Amino acid sequence: MGAYETQGFKLDDSGRRIVVDPVTRIEGHMRCEVNVDKNNVIRNAVSTGTMWRGLEVILKGRDPRDAWAFVERICGVCTGCHALASVRAVEDALGIRIPKNAHLIRELMAKTLQVHDHAVHFYHLHAMDWVDVLNALKADPKKTSELQQMVSPSHPLSSPGYFRDVQNRLQKFVDSGQLGPFMNGYWGSKAYVLPPEANLMAVTHYLEALDLQKEWVKIHTIFGGKNPHPNYLVGGVPCAINIDGDGAAGAPLNMERLNFVKARIDEIIEFNKNVYVPDVLAIGTIYKQAGWLYGGGLSALNVSDYGEYPKVNYDKNTDQLPGGAILNGNWDEILPVDPRDPEQVQEFVAHSWYKYADESKGLHPWDGVTEPNYKPEGPKFKGTRTKIEQVDESAKYSWIKSPRWRGHAMEVGPLSRYILAYVHATKGNKYCQRVKEQVDYSAKMINSGIPKALGLPETQYTLKQLLPTTIGRTLARALESQYCSEMMLDDWHELVANIKAGDRATANVERWDPSTWPKEAKGVGTVAAPRGMLGHWIKIKDGRIENYQCVVPTTWNGSPRDAKNQIGAFEASLMNTPLANPEQPVEILRTLHSFDPCLACSTHVMSEDGAELATVKVR
Amino acid sequence: MSLRTPENARNPYRDGDDAIVVLGIGNVLWADEGFGVRCVEALQQRWRFASHVRLVDGGTQGLYLIQYVQAARRLLIFDAIDYGLAPGTLKLIENDEVPRFMGAKKMSLHQTGFQEVLCLARLTGHFPDEVLLIGCQPEELEDYGGSLRPSVRSALEDALALGVDRLRAWGAAPTPRYGGCDAGERVTTPLLALDRYESGRPDADAACRIGDARFMPRGD
Repeated sequence: MGAYETQGFKLDDSGRRIVVDPVTRIEGHMRCEVNVDKNNVIRNAVSTGTMWRGLEVILKGRDPRDAWAFVERICGVCTGCHALASVRAVEDALGIRIPKNAHLIRELMAKTLQVHDHAVHFYHLHAMDWVDVLNALKADPKKTSELQQMVSPSHPLSSPGYFRDVQNRLQKFVDSGQLGPFMNGYWGSKAYVLPPEANLMAVTHYLEALDLQKEWVKIHTIFGGKNPHPNYLVGGVPCAINIDGDGAAGAPLNMERLNFVKARIDEIIEFNKNVYVPDVLAIGTIYKQAGWLYGGGLSALNVSDYGEYPKVNYDKNTDQLPGGAILNGNWDEILPVDPRDPEQVQEFVAHSWYKYADESKGLHPWDGVTEPNYKPEGPKFKGTRTKIEQVDESAKYSWIKSPRWRGHAMEVGPLSRYILAYVHATKGNKYCQRVKEQVDYSAKMINSGIPKALGLPETQYTLKQLLPTTIGRTLARALESQYCSEMMLDDWHELVANIKAGDRATANVERWDPSTWPKEAKGVGTVAAPRGMLGHWIKIKDGRIENYQCVVPTTWNGSPRDAKNQIGAFEASLMNTPLANPEQPVEILRTLHSFDPCLACSTHVMSEDGAELATVKVR
Repeated sequence: MSLRTPENARNPYRDGDDAIVVLGIGNVLWADEGFGVRCVEALQQRWRFASHVRLVDGGTQGLYLIQYVQAARRLLIFDAIDYGLAPGTLKLIENDEVPRFMGAKKMSLHQTGFQEVLCLARLTGHFPDEVLLIGCQPEELEDYGGSLRPSVRSALEDALALGVDRLRAWGAAPTPRYGGCDAGERVTTPLLALDRYESGRPDADAACRIGDARFMPRGD
């Protein structure tokens, strides 16, 4: 490919090539190759999905009402958002409107998933890119306790004894030689800048989060019948309401269960307020002080979302995370995004291992084609079909397609939603003012509040400097988790009030029978999934699925180059990042993980021998 | 060797002192990779158990399964495991040996290897006293949308018999169930039930069934 410029990034593949395959601690399988210059700064980035995706085709000919159960199995993480997108797509196709209770229950389930996914992602997958776990053994528990009380004064778990106990447990664990999830970390790397006390605090919260998450998902069991894999239903939710019921197993939703849900919501709000958000603000501040404001990539330019969490169902104007698209970093203008418009969302395969009749053009998902064409090739390709040593980004090089919005590569995810909502709020949108409040507060804390408390110099970074970064991406996820927990409280009160007013309806079954359906119909269902904008497009013919396409968040973010050689969000985010040590590419993992990549539904099947250990090759 | 330790004797995560968890792991969409889930599904259809026994369709939930591990005093796992044996061969692994066999060298979509989940449960101090893994050597995984191969399907019958034996020894009090269990109580939604799953499958022309070409030396 040589050197060229695209979207304001200068790509140059002349330096040393570094291969990370597989990228670990993600869902699914992914490979990343970068070229670094003589100062070890990334000048070219290539992201490859190493699994094939075929979930859409196995749905052909099946009953549209069953689709949710299949899509719930395509991934081990985002079960619920696929199921929700699926039932929404079918309802859209058949013109089904769900009752208010069903809407509120779905909102509660979707937000539970959002919070759960964000917190687990941060503490159990992403924290280890910021936190040196083994370094926590060097911490002074007393100083850790002081740090905890400073960062989060209302968190009750903060005694020196508490931290000492965790440290002892960790020591015992390390001494046992079975490091489990902490195996193969780049511990001790210079890329970690937190003091031992902050590391111990974060490891402690790793365990706290692990403990609490299992309580949160009980909300799914209550509304969805079971967890994992809660039940969904075209037309509503599969749970009946009997407010005075006795709460026996399998009995309908009653007040006792609703109170249980309320108690969990309160816990989630506390955790976000006292633990998750303060941790991210503190870690972000310390890394910012160390000058680490890399990783923004496309988020500084193009972001999009379909919009989610309507205050009034079916009224997009009441979305509490309003959607749209921002191009070229122009925060003065939000462009409307319409998933139905054939000119807007299109998938390209010029550099993907799929086949189109004309690969210079993109296809709208309703007319989407998923035909594999595995051809690792190109003048710079090294290896064989079964063992790739180096891909050639001038040819096809990924199992991920390249979705584009009006031809533009977009970043999607909590950061994109937060930039959009912030801009909406500054323009006076009354449904998302809380986002503006959160963002402004965070900037104040990062620039001055936390530096002052830690005895560090204050800074005056603008939002445009702070948000489109790897730190900003991680922060937006924490803020979204907090915002969702607060919205859940509103949903809960609204649900209880609606039930008490006598409305017991949870499903609309008027069009359940296929004999009531039109001969042909098509629909789309969108969801603000934890990783970004998710869309399912369905075509129904004679009561059966004729075509089904999912365009998932990681397809947007992890997309390879397109027909115009524009790079995708993962690739862009790595550009110009310096590596402390190319043999231990912590920085690459940190930025890629900040997207919470989930490739199980972007692509499919594991790497050749399923090896867990990331091999890093410097060429 | 048993995993029972003094610090584990009082475990607040337990459903009860004798809690037994039966966990089926795998992805039903990838042929024999669905073995574990199909085992738990069938077990529930054919047997009733005492109230301290919990059946879980774990799918590919990885890390999210930790609470079921923490909650168990005795844990029975069904899973497809590549032991390098003849297809359909069952192999029983117990206690400390389990993590080693649920390691990384295994084709599945469980991204947080289950051995990590077991390891993490130990770090939290809440893990089962006894673990039994009933693993089955898969015949075919590279068949997206496909179902269990005959060798694995017949192994499922033996696996259930072995599982029920052990559950009986553990005090799970299995009694035969006639007529299956109610749709609403099923661990796996009836929409994915084996017969429905198999009969509704689109034909190979309509739906590509193979995975990554790197797994398909045939035709190469």
